[in-house]
Amino acid sequence: MDYSAVKGRIFDIQRFSVHDGPGIRTIVFLKGCPLRCRWCCNPESQSYEIQQMTLNGKVKTVGKDVTAGEVIAEVERDYGYYKRSGGGMTLSGGETLTQPDFATALLALAHQRGIRTAIESTGFAEFSVISKLLPHLDLYLMDIKHMDSDKHKAFTGQGNDLILANAQKIARSPVKLIIRTPVIPGFNDTVEEIGAIARFVASLPGVEEMHLLPYHRIGSDKYKGLGREYTLAHIDPPSQEHMQKLLQVVEGCGLRGQIGG
Amino acid sequence: MAEFYSEKIAKSPRIDLIKDNMLKEMPQIEADRAVYLTESYKQTEGEPIYTRRAKAFYHILDNLPVTIRDHELIVGAATVHPRGCQVFPEYSFEWVEAEFDTLATRSADPFYISEETKKTLHEVYKYWKGKTTSELATSYMSPETLTAMEANMFTPGNYFYNGIGHVTVKYDRVLEVGYSGIIKEIEDEIAKIRVGDGNYCKKRNLLDAMILSCKAVIRYANRYAQKARELAQKEGNSTRRAELLKIAEVCERVPEFGARNFHEACQSFWFVQLLIQTESSGHSISPGRFDQYMYPYYLKSRKEGMTREQAQELMDLVWLKLNDFLKVRDEASAEGFAGYSLFQNLIAGGQDEHGNDATNDLSFMSITATEHVFLPQPSFSVRVWNGSPRAFLLRAAELTRTGIGFPAYYNDEVIIPSLMSRGLTLEDARKYNIIGCVEPQVAGKTDGWHDAAFFNMCRPLEMVFKNGYENGKQVGLKTGNVEDMTSFSEFYSAYKAQSDYFVSLLVNADNAIDVAHAERCPLPYLSCMVDDCIKVGKSVQEGGAVYNFTGPQGFGIANMADAMWAIKTLVFDQGKYTLKDFKEALENNYGKDMDWHKGEKLTVQVVKELAKKGKTVSDADIKTVYNTIIANNCTKEQKDFYAKMLADIEGLPKFGNDDVNVDAMAREVAYIYTREVEKYTNPRGGRYQAGLYPVSANVPLGAQTGATPDGRLAFTPVADGVSPAAGRDVKGPTASCNSVSTLDHFIASNGTLFNMKFHPTALAGRHGLENFVALVQSYFDRKGSHMQFNVVSRETLRDAQKNPEKYKSLVVRVAGYSALFTSLSRSLQEDIINRTEQGGF
Repeated sequence: MDYSAVKGRIFDIQRFSVHDGPGIRTIVFLKGCPLRCRWCCNPESQSYEIQQMTLNGKVKTVGKDVTAGEVIAEVERDYGYYKRSGGGMTLSGGETLTQPDFATALLALAHQRGIRTAIESTGFAEFSVISKLLPHLDLYLMDIKHMDSDKHKAFTGQGNDLILANAQKIARSPVKLIIRTPVIPGFNDTVEEIGAIARFVASLPGVEEMHLLPYHRIGSDKYKGLGREYTLAHIDPPSQEHMQKLLQVVEGCGLRGQIGG
Repeated sequence: MAEFYSEKIAKSPRIDLIKDNMLKEMPQIEADRAVYLTESYKQTEGEPIYTRRAKAFYHILDNLPVTIRDHELIVGAATVHPRGCQVFPEYSFEWVEAEFDTLATRSADPFYISEETKKTLHEVYKYWKGKTTSELATSYMSPETLTAMEANMFTPGNYFYNGIGHVTVKYDRVLEVGYSGIIKEIEDEIAKIRVGDGNYCKKRNLLDAMILSCKAVIRYANRYAQKARELAQKEGNSTRRAELLKIAEVCERVPEFGARNFHEACQSFWFVQLLIQTESSGHSISPGRFDQYMYPYYLKSRKEGMTREQAQELMDLVWLKLNDFLKVRDEASAEGFAGYSLFQNLIAGGQDEHGNDATNDLSFMSITATEHVFLPQPSFSVRVWNGSPRAFLLRAAELTRTGIGFPAYYNDEVIIPSLMSRGLTLEDARKYNIIGCVEPQVAGKTDGWHDAAFFNMCRPLEMVFKNGYENGKQVGLKTGNVEDMTSFSEFYSAYKAQSDYFVSLLVNADNAIDVAHAERCPLPYLSCMVDDCIKVGKSVQEGGAVYNFTGPQGFGIANMADAMWAIKTLVFDQGKYTLKDFKEALENNYGKDMDWHKGEKLTVQVVKELAKKGKTVSDADIKTVYNTIIANNCTKEQKDFYAKMLADIEGLPKFGNDDVNVDAMAREVAYIYTREVEKYTNPRGGRYQAGLYPVSANVPLGAQTGATPDGRLAFTPVADGVSPAAGRDVKGPTASCNSVSTLDHFIASNGTLFNMKFHPTALAGRHGLENFVALVQSYFDRKGSHMQFNVVSRETLRDAQKNPEKYKSLVVRVAGYSALFTSLSRSLQEDIINRTEQGGF
């Protein structure tokens, strides 16, 4: 199959990314997401449609249709840096799984070139979609945001049943799985809530690592730029001390914890 | 696999005590050297020049005040006041005198000068009129050259006004046999030559001058020994008394004889380092591979019971000493070499002459010394190759993370073959060290004349648009009316013709200066420590070194590449604009007002000119001149047109973003300069080799450059070194590295300079260090030659501008060196702040 010709929609390619998987990486941001997390720092990623966003007084078109071949050509420019650092390509979004053919093509093309791969994904898709990607994947960075499905739905627009079920299935695959949890004050930042996630993560076979990503407001300007309201404007980022406390909770469950990506 | 101790070693409290004393006062100019030099010269009128130089050196060293500062163990001070400065009237003096009253208040590198010193120097200078290297050099230059220099096409200011420096001598030899051993070597040579030999007269005279110089140095060290004994007698504190007696014992031994231990080796090194810089004003006297030639003494002392802490303290003290004196430069040069820097480049790591990794304990301790002392000297560098120990690279990265701008990283895999292409043997090339900013050479065998001139690559392009005519003079070639050029290749050829022409004039200027130094300031002391001066009986200045080069450096590649790309696409590929449009846009600075700072400077010039012609100038006249200078007289239509033009230029791909086409253009444009330069030879029997780096001259020389077709406005800085233009590389550090590595770094064998700025968060944690090292290695895999980093946030630098008193010791990377941020001129500070900051997310 000619993966190079497969088309998809992205909104950014970010080189020298050092917080999304090991080493120096290039992140390809795919457009479109089934969730609507209120804290999302890339609100322009959520709609699949190509949009206009105003940032710093400049209007910017968000979203671009490309072929997998075009993207991989740019990704390959940094091959030497991946080799030296143990890095590679990370697909992010949006939700990678909303463009499964395109994502599969990118991952396969990367592997053909000896580039290691990762995706950042919340795992919200039928497992049959995910299983198509897995053969071409080295690392799955999976978001689990809350153990309570109702609360999950209230803050993200979707329940968590499918996500948790997929986590168990991915954990049994040969792909390395790391769970990441955004820590959002007022949503999931209590010791109990993080503890519940950590216990679930510890129960996943072969999963050893969990990262806590403290809430930040970096994306708040973009909501305005898209003509949307930012509903979390009143929330302050969690303190360092509190993050340390949550880290201890994670480590208490026998996991290797880390603050930040 | 070599073994080494890579852990950090604690800092002795002595270090901060000395450092605090050092930074207390504003640097000061002292007159002693100039006075004793002149006394001696007056007594030796008519004698051979070698004799005169050696006698003057002897007289200076016999009379310079001997100063041992509190807490010191390694002694030898050029000036009574810490961080002071002696002056060197034999090279040039007019500018010092002309700037007496502004030295203390100028923005770059201010110096205090007392009224008494002014008076003394004023007397001294009377003698030197007509006798300097600078005056002789001028008389050797052709009229076209002088016109081009006046128009700032290039500036050979460095050697035009000062000594040459830029050398690494055989420290190892002095450490091993002392000056008594070197005198013996010279005497052996004297025994070999015969009075009837064709070159006997000059050779014999030079060899005698060398012996006299060595004796002067031995006597100077003994004066320190005597002084230490005197101080010991008066000293109440028994610990300090013992230290002073130890100092006396060491200075009685070295540098007369070989060093027997690490302490003696450090002291011997320092006398060599200090006195080369007393004989001549040349800067960039680079210690080179300190970790290699000091290592045998370290090992011996360790076996004899010296602790690592004691060794570290001695090294830290040497590092401090390297900051204990400064050079005063004229105001223009001070902006080009800003930060009081002496560019004493010291390098650790790399390979030995057989190709084995040479990293040792001292390589790591050099990093620790730099952390402990945290001052701009020595200019600290590391060599990187595919066999560099991981621990060493990570430790170096930790130093980078402190934000001091050290180390600079150098790539053995490029530099060794590059030097071999210039005629060095494999063994010599493997032993290379760096001179000054970024210039590679082999120690004790090379007179590289690195840093020979600044060549602003944007100026020949201006000449294309002006048909070589500027300010009422034919400065460049007549390459034809730019409006009439009908193809890109025609335009490109015109640029090459202009550039080639100015390269030939640059060579004329450098060769004139070269000859002047050989005639008026040969240096017998320096020459006895550079092969093969003794054997061939020639001073370094006359071609006595084994390897001779002249290395003028070009800068502004990024602007040139972007400019050529703009012309090619907008004029010839798309036909959106004509060359006439560009010509007018450049003349009108794209419809923008001129920078007020530049406007003020130009106004002063114009008013001075008027006053010279005897016209009276009123305040109202001055205001009119100023307003005429800064205002643009464009109509609304013109302004709109230029705004659209700028937007179109901005929309083009730029060098630094991994764009294959623009990067290829940059490679070609760089060749115009580098390939032309290497066609020429110098009076010392060596050849020219190009460098691509700016020191800090991209700012002041940018201030003499009109608007350029890449959208750069008039009189703003041009791009530094091989780096992308500030703020134009927006795709992150890997894209930037890919672009820069597209250039041919092998041909620029006099060095290339790539600046990167990182936000501190980009290097945070163990992963930050790992990724940083991977980035350096990947750039080097792609055959880049040098990299250096500023790791400091924009907020910190802004705060330092506002509150300089809080940041007295904030060191930043400028170009091929680091400097105290607060000592830099405002415009250079701005240039550093505006460099693209990577990884701030």
